[in-house]
This record gives sequence, structure tokens and C-alpha cells, in this order.
Amino acid sequence: MKSKVANKPLEARKASPLLVSLSAVFLGIVAGAILIAMIGKNPIAGFDRIIFGALSNVRRVGNTLGMSTQLILIGLSVAFAFKTGLFNIGASGQMLMGGITGSILAYYLPLSMPRPLYLLIIILSSGLVGALWGFISGFLKAKFNVHEVVSTIMLNWTAYWLVYDWIQRFIVDPTIVVKSKPIEQAHTLRAGWLTDITNFSTLNYGFFLAVIACVIIWFILDKTTVGFRLKAVGSNRFCAEYAGIKVNRSIMISMAVAGALAGLAGLTYYCGYSNIMEMGKMPNEGFDGIAVALLGNCSPVGVFFSAIFFGILKMGRGSLAATGIPTEIADTIIATIIYFTATNVILANFWNGRFKKSFERKEEAIAIALSNQGRSGEDISSLSKEERRNLVKLGMPELKEKRKNEKNNKEAK
Amino acid sequence: MEVWSVITSIIPAAIAYTMPLLMGALGGLYSERSGVTNLCIEGLMLTGCFASATVTYLMQSAGIGYNLAIVCGIVAAMLAGALLSVLHAFAAINLKSNQVISGTAINMLATALTLFLAQTITGSGNVTVLRGIIRQDIPLLSKIPIIGPLLFTRTYWTTWICLLIWVVSFFLLYKTSFGLRLRACGEHPSAVASAGINVHKMRYIGVILSGLLSGLGGACILATYAGEYNSTSGINGLGFLAIAALIFGQWKPLGILASTFFFGICMTIANMGRVIPVFQGIPTGYLGLFPYVATLIALVLSSKKSAAPIASGEPF
Repeated sequence: MKSKVANKPLEARKASPLLVSLSAVFLGIVAGAILIAMIGKNPIAGFDRIIFGALSNVRRVGNTLGMSTQLILIGLSVAFAFKTGLFNIGASGQMLMGGITGSILAYYLPLSMPRPLYLLIIILSSGLVGALWGFISGFLKAKFNVHEVVSTIMLNWTAYWLVYDWIQRFIVDPTIVVKSKPIEQAHTLRAGWLTDITNFSTLNYGFFLAVIACVIIWFILDKTTVGFRLKAVGSNRFCAEYAGIKVNRSIMISMAVAGALAGLAGLTYYCGYSNIMEMGKMPNEGFDGIAVALLGNCSPVGVFFSAIFFGILKMGRGSLAATGIPTEIADTIIATIIYFTATNVILANFWNGRFKKSFERKEEAIAIALSNQGRSGEDISSLSKEERRNLVKLGMPELKEKRKNEKNNKEAK
Repeated sequence: MEVWSVITSIIPAAIAYTMPLLMGALGGLYSERSGVTNLCIEGLMLTGCFASATVTYLMQSAGIGYNLAIVCGIVAAMLAGALLSVLHAFAAINLKSNQVISGTAINMLATALTLFLAQTITGSGNVTVLRGIIRQDIPLLSKIPIIGPLLFTRTYWTTWICLLIWVVSFFLLYKTSFGLRLRACGEHPSAVASAGINVHKMRYIGVILSGLLSGLGGACILATYAGEYNSTSGINGLGFLAIAALIFGQWKPLGILASTFFFGICMTIANMGRVIPVFQGIPTGYLGLFPYVATLIALVLSSKKSAAPIASGEPF
């Protein structure tokens, strides 16, 4: 006979982060559809165009992955800071700083350099400059208690104007004075074989960089003491302090790593996905990264998949022109999704309520089935899963009958 | 004498730049004092700017009086700001969600939604009004030596409305029982609740007031110096400057008046630097980053001894 102690009491299922994220996506898409319908267009045709634009051939798939590359890196950046309880909305600025570093190096380093060495240099230096830019916010937070949201925004605009000046000063295109000179193919992250197999898409080495970054960040967060300390600071700053963790140092490390990831995103964006930098343009991707991180529940795997999803939205919207729907619908959907992930309590409550109801129904059905079989004294949690499923099937018709009668009685009254 | 001419050209412009910031910061003050962290001032101001641009543009093109159109635009901006702020209030107060994330979501929503609507209405990302507010000299007062040319010449009438709102807010927050309750909600909500006052209602009022005022701030940007809603630059992080001014001003009305004026001067130097002889040698990029770096320095100086409302950001 099985011992009953080993059986945990049965409980209703709880909503998983994945389910909550998917619900947020669903609601975001519904909101987008309503908005499209409100301006008198056909939502289904709109979403059909988005899917078409993002995935209909090899080249478009390549472009979507190329777009997702920076979203993965920025999503990781925001997620990493978030694990330490910091909200990095300065990814745009860190991205600009990483991008300008890569662009200036690409402009001045000789083309005859061995390519692996060249790639190593630009990857390391953009990461470092991005890290420095993130570190400033971490330092200000740790030493002067400056809220990181405000300081990162200020640094975004500082970077915006610095880049404005540096493009003009160092790498300007003499024919179009508001842009930098296009980088030679050999000095971007693009690779001949990738371009060939994807029919001249924007897919580049950056994608592999992003995947490697996902693995490294997962390793740091889940398998090292550094990661544990960062997460401890994030979940309870004071508790971590009592446990002897250096909170201020963790904050600075976390922001520096986040900055490095965003800096790399800048490199993949300006020296891979594109090959020029424009003056006076704040990259939107820094803010999309917040959506990516939140939707991915701040885990590297989640970030990867949500970045691909947003990549599809952002690439696919280019094909909307024919339908007359403004392409900003994609950004509206993204923003709505963030709002719903921020208010995830409401979604989790909804699903938990649902699960609880169905759980209670099943419990009742089993009780009916057991009493029919003359085993009414038995504990439900001692039954095996299979047995429970069969009992639910046996008891359900009678339960439905009972409910129906109850309802009829109520109406009769 | 050259110094004097620089001052007389900077100060009136600085006042114009100060008013939207002051309204944003005052909005933030109401919200944070009631205990809700409000990082969506930027989005609310942008929405206000867009709403007033659209209403003013449509009415002016329809041939309705220029000034009436501007007034209607301002009212529309305040309503739009309030409407969007309810979304933040609902998330922050009822759902007890992370207020920083909710604020960011509102910012992004405002950016995307206004651009989406602008595309639908005008077909381009910009909405430009035909005419903004005309600057006027105040009779008599503008003749006063020194103060006259600085404060009372070439002023916008919105400036006086904003200052009036500031005075009323000061009175409301510190001299009425409503103000006392609102401030208490940000410091010790359970004490307020035990006195039989509805904390949620007070917080809703705080957040909606911040929406109204930020919307007004956005409308001021449009009607005074900007003249258009521009999708590419938005409002250049002005909403965040307002939050920084709130921190720098230590969450007090007098403090934020001083700090927003300081940022107003920084903004003027950044935007008018090229026409002022003293700053002409400095490249545009460095002039542009000046207000943001000044803000960071101001934050470093003021954040250590922070007087933030204790319960700000804490759900109740």
C-alpha cells in the first residue's frame, strides 16, 4: 500500500509566467486590432501583412533575425539590471555610445587588418564604452542616491548630443553632412556566407554574439556567486546588506554589465544591421528592449524568444504601407503589451481564478464518482493521476446534470 | 552693457522654457506627495502637446478664431493628460503594480499612440499649428526699470496662468485640510486611512491632477516656443527634466519654482546659444548636452539628503 504522507495535498494550478506573458501578448494584439478597426481598416489583413513582411521568404526571415539581434542584447541588458532591482531605461544612450565607438574604429582602423583581430577589437571596445556609460548611472546611484531612471535618461540625451558632435567631427560623410560615412563591408559584422544563404538580408555575426551573450548571462545569473549576490540585492536590498553582500558594488557591477550589453547592441545595430549613423536620432530599440525583457520575464531564454517576437512585429510593419495602416501600430502594440505585463497581477488573478474554478469542479466530480462506487471515504490526493482523470470523466455528467437542475430551480424561483 | 543685453535676451526666453517644466514638476509633486511615483510626466506632456496641436490645428484650419482655438487646445490637452493618467492611477493604485514599469509603459504608449494618430490625421508625423500665442508687453509694468524688461515684456499669457496655478497649488497643499490629507497619504497612508479618509481616492486625485497639469505643460510647449508636435524629437526628455527638477527642488513648491527656472535657463542656453554672441564658439552638440549634464550635477548635489515622500511608490 502507498503511504499517504508522501502525497502532497492537491492544489489548483497557478498561472505560470509564460501564460501571463502570452495573455499580455494576446491583449496587446487585441488592442492593436481594435485600434486598426477604429480607423476603418481591416485588422486581419493588417496582421496578415505583418506576418508576410516578416517571414514570407529567406531574406525576410534573415532581416527579422537581424532586427532581433539588437533586441536580444538590449532585452538582456534591461533584464540583467532588473534582476538587481535596477531599471535601465538608458539602453538607448549606451547603445549610441557603443555604436559610435564601433563606427569610429571602423573608420580609422586599416582595412588590411586580420579580420578576427579587428572583430575582437571592436567588440571589446564597444562593450567597454557601453559599460562605462552604464557604470556612471550605477555609480551615481550607489554613491549619491540618484534615481537610475532619471540619470539614465539624462545620459541618453548626453549621448545623443555627444554622438551628434562626434559624427560631425570624426566620421562625417562629406556628401550628406547629417550622416556618417558608410562603413566598408569588410569592417562591419556582416559575413559573406550569411549574406549569401539569406539572400542579402541584414543578418550578421551580431546574432551569434547575441546568442552567446544569452548563454553567458544565464550562466552568470544562475551558476555563479556574483549572479547570486546581484539577485539577492534585487530581491531585498536590506536583507542582502545584512548578509554581508556589498550592495553598492553590486549596483555598479550590474549597471556596468547592462551597459556593456547595450553597447554591444549598438555595435550590432550601427556596424552590422546598418552601416551608418545619423545625427540627431535616438534609437527606439532602447525602449523596445524594456518590453522584450518584461515580456521574457527577465530570463535569458524568455528574452530570446520575446525579442524574436518583437523582431517580427518591427520588421513586418514595413509591409503595412499597402493597407494604409500607419506603421506605428507595431509600437502601439508593444507599449500595450508592456502595460499589461506591468499590470500582470490582473492577468495572473484571472487565470488563477479560472484554474481554481475548474479544480473545484473536478474535485466535486471525483467526489460524486467515488460515492457512486461506494468509496466515499477515500482521500482524493491518494489516487493516481490516471485514476483521477477517469473518475472525473465518470462523475462529470452527473455534476453537469446537478448544476443544470440547480440553475433551473433558481430560475423557477 | 553687453552683459545686460545678453541677460535681457535670455531671461524672457528662460521664463517661457520654465513654465512647461514647472507644470510638469508641479504635476509630479501632486502625484508623489499623494504616494504614487509618477515617471510618466514625459508621456503625459507629450500627449498634451499632441492633443493641443491637433485641436488647435483643426480649429485654426476651419477658420475659427486663433485665440479661441488655442484655448480649446489647452483644455483638450489637460483632458487628454488626465485621461492617460487614469491608466497609470488604475495600475498603480488598484492593481498595485510596479509603478516605474507602468509609468514607462505609459510613456511608450503616449509616444506610439500620438504618432499613430498624427499619421492618421495629417498623414505625416508632425502636426503644426498656424499660429501660436503672440507675445505681449504688460502695460505699465513693462515700463518699470530693470524688472520691466526682464519679466513683463514680450510675455505669453500662459505664463501668468501657470504662475497663478503655482500660487493656488501652494495654498492648496499647505493651507487646506485637503492638502494636509494629500501630503499625509504620501508619508503615512495607514494613518490617513485610520482617520477615515479614503487613501485610494486621494491618490487618484493626486495622479489625475498630475495628468491635468502635465497636459497643460505640454500645451504650453506647443503654444509658446515649439509651434508643432514633432514625432521624431517628441519633447526631448523635458518630462524627465521636470522629474529631476522635482527632486532638485526637494518636493516643495518653492524649491521646484527655483529649480525649474534654473533648468529653464539651461534650456535657453542650449537652444539659443547660437544667437547669443558669448556662446557662439561652442559647438551645437556641447550646447545641446549642457542642460542634461547640469541636471545630473544638480541631482548629485541634491539626492543624498533626499526629502522624498516616504510612502511614494508604496502600494496601499
